[in-house]
Amino acid sequence: MEQLFFVIFAGIALIGAVNLLLRRNPLYAALSLLTTMAALTGLYIMLKAYFIAVIQVIIYAGAIVVLFLFVIMLFNIRAVERQTDRRGYLKWLALPFAIILIGQFLYIVRLFEENPTPVGTEIGFTEAVGRKLFTAYLLPFELTSVLILAAIIGAVVLAQKE
Amino acid sequence: MDIALEAALKIAVILFIVLTFLAYLVLFERKILGWIQLRVGPNRVGPWGLLQPLADLLKFIAKEDVTPDTPNRVLFALAPALALVPPLMALAVIPFGSTIELFGRKIALQITDINVGLLYVFALGSLEVYGIILAGWSSNSKYSLLGGLRSAAQMISYELALTLSVAGVLIQAGTLSLSEIVHVQSGYYFGIIPRWHVFWYQPLGFIIFFIAAVAETNRVPFDLPEAESELVAGYHTEYSSIKFAMFFVGEYAAMFVVSALATTLFLGGWTGPGAERVPLLGVLYFSLKTGFFLFVYIWLRGTLPRFRYDQLMQFGWKVLVPMAFANIFISSALALWR
Repeated sequence: MEQLFFVIFAGIALIGAVNLLLRRNPLYAALSLLTTMAALTGLYIMLKAYFIAVIQVIIYAGAIVVLFLFVIMLFNIRAVERQTDRRGYLKWLALPFAIILIGQFLYIVRLFEENPTPVGTEIGFTEAVGRKLFTAYLLPFELTSVLILAAIIGAVVLAQKE
Repeated sequence: MDIALEAALKIAVILFIVLTFLAYLVLFERKILGWIQLRVGPNRVGPWGLLQPLADLLKFIAKEDVTPDTPNRVLFALAPALALVPPLMALAVIPFGSTIELFGRKIALQITDINVGLLYVFALGSLEVYGIILAGWSSNSKYSLLGGLRSAAQMISYELALTLSVAGVLIQAGTLSLSEIVHVQSGYYFGIIPRWHVFWYQPLGFIIFFIAAVAETNRVPFDLPEAESELVAGYHTEYSSIKFAMFFVGEYAAMFVVSALATTLFLGGWTGPGAERVPLLGVLYFSLKTGFFLFVYIWLRGTLPRFRYDQLMQFGWKVLVPMAFANIFISSALALWR
C-alpha cells in the first residue's frame, strides 16, 4: 500500500518537474511546479513529517508560486515568451553541470542506502523542528532572517526609485 | 480497515450535513437581507420559502453551461473545483463536539485530529487563491482578469493579518491541534466567565482575526473582487450553470470554515455548561456559536458599503498587520510574565 502511494506521488512529482522544463509558456511552467510541490507534500506526509508537509504547502504553493503567477499575469505573457534566450554557449555548459548533478545524486543515494531516513520518529513534528531551529541551527536561522530583511529593504528601495 | 470505514462514514455524514446547511444558509441570508431592507424575502417555493434551495439547485443544473473562447479549457473547468475543494477539505480537522458512544465504540466528533490542525487549515486557505487566479486568467476577459488579480492581491494581504492574529492563541495554548485548543479553553474564571480566548488575553487577536477573515472570504465590506459597478462580477463573470454554483458554494463553505475556526480558536469550540456529559449539547453549542458568526456576516452585508481598493490595502497593511504584530508582542510578554 505504502509503496503504491510512493510510486504515485513520486511519479506525479517527476512528471511535474519534467513538464516544468519542457513548457514554453511560463504560466504552465509555474503550474507544473505547483504540481511537483503538491506531490512532494504527499511524500512528506508518508514520512509522517506533518509539520514540514504543511509548511511546504503554505510557503511554496501559498506564497512562492502565487507570486510567480502574479508576475506572469501582470506582464504580457506573449512578450515574455518571445524573449526566451537561446545563447549558444549555454549548450556547452549543460554537459559538465549534468555530470556534476548526476554525481551528487548518486552520492546522496549511496548515503541514504547506508543510513535510511527514519520513519515514524518525531523528526518532522512541530516541537522537534522548533527545538532544532532554536538550538542547533540558531545561527543559520538568524542569519537567514537578516538576509530576508536585507532583501525586503532592497525591494523597498527599488520600488521607491520609480 | 475499521478506522478507514469509520473515517469514511464521518466524512460522508459531515459533508452531507454541512452542504445541506450551506444551502439553507443561502436562504437565511436572503431572508435576513429582506428583513433588513423591509422586504419579505423568498416565500413562494414551499412553506416560508423552505424549498427555495432545492429550486436554486435545479436552476443551476438546468442552465446552459457556456464556455467562452478560453486559452485553456481544462484550467477553465478546473478553477471552480479549486475554489470549492479546499474549504471542504478543511472540515476534516474541525472539532464539532467531544466523543459520543455509538454501537459500543467511542467516536470523536472530528474527522481526524492531526497535530498541525491549525496550520493545515491555513495551508488549504492559501490554496484558495488558485481557483480565483486561474478563473480570472482562463476566462479570457478583462473584467475577469482584473477581478482575479485584485482578489488574489487582497487574499494574500489579509492572509498575513489572519495568520499573525492567531499566533497569540498559539502562544497561549501551546499547541497546533484544534481539539487541544478547545480543551485548553474549558473551565471558568471566577466561576462564571468561560476561559475562552476572546475574554482573556486575546480580544485584540479575535477582532483582527474576524476582520481579516471577512476580507479573506471576499465578503462585504471587502467584496472588491466582485464589485459589480466596476468589474461586472469579477473573476466569475464568464462562469455559468454548475461551474458558477461551485464558486458560490465554495464561498459559503469558506465562510463556514472561517466561522467554525473562529469558534474553535476564540469562543471555546464545543465547550459549554454540561457539554462534557451530554456530547450532543456540545454540538449544539458549536452550531450556535458558528451560526452567530455567520449571522454577523449576513448582518455586515446588509448594512455596510464597500471599501475603495486603496482603502482596503491601506487598512490591511497599515492597520491590521501592525496590530497583529503588537498582539504577538503582548501575548509573548504575558506568557513570560505568568
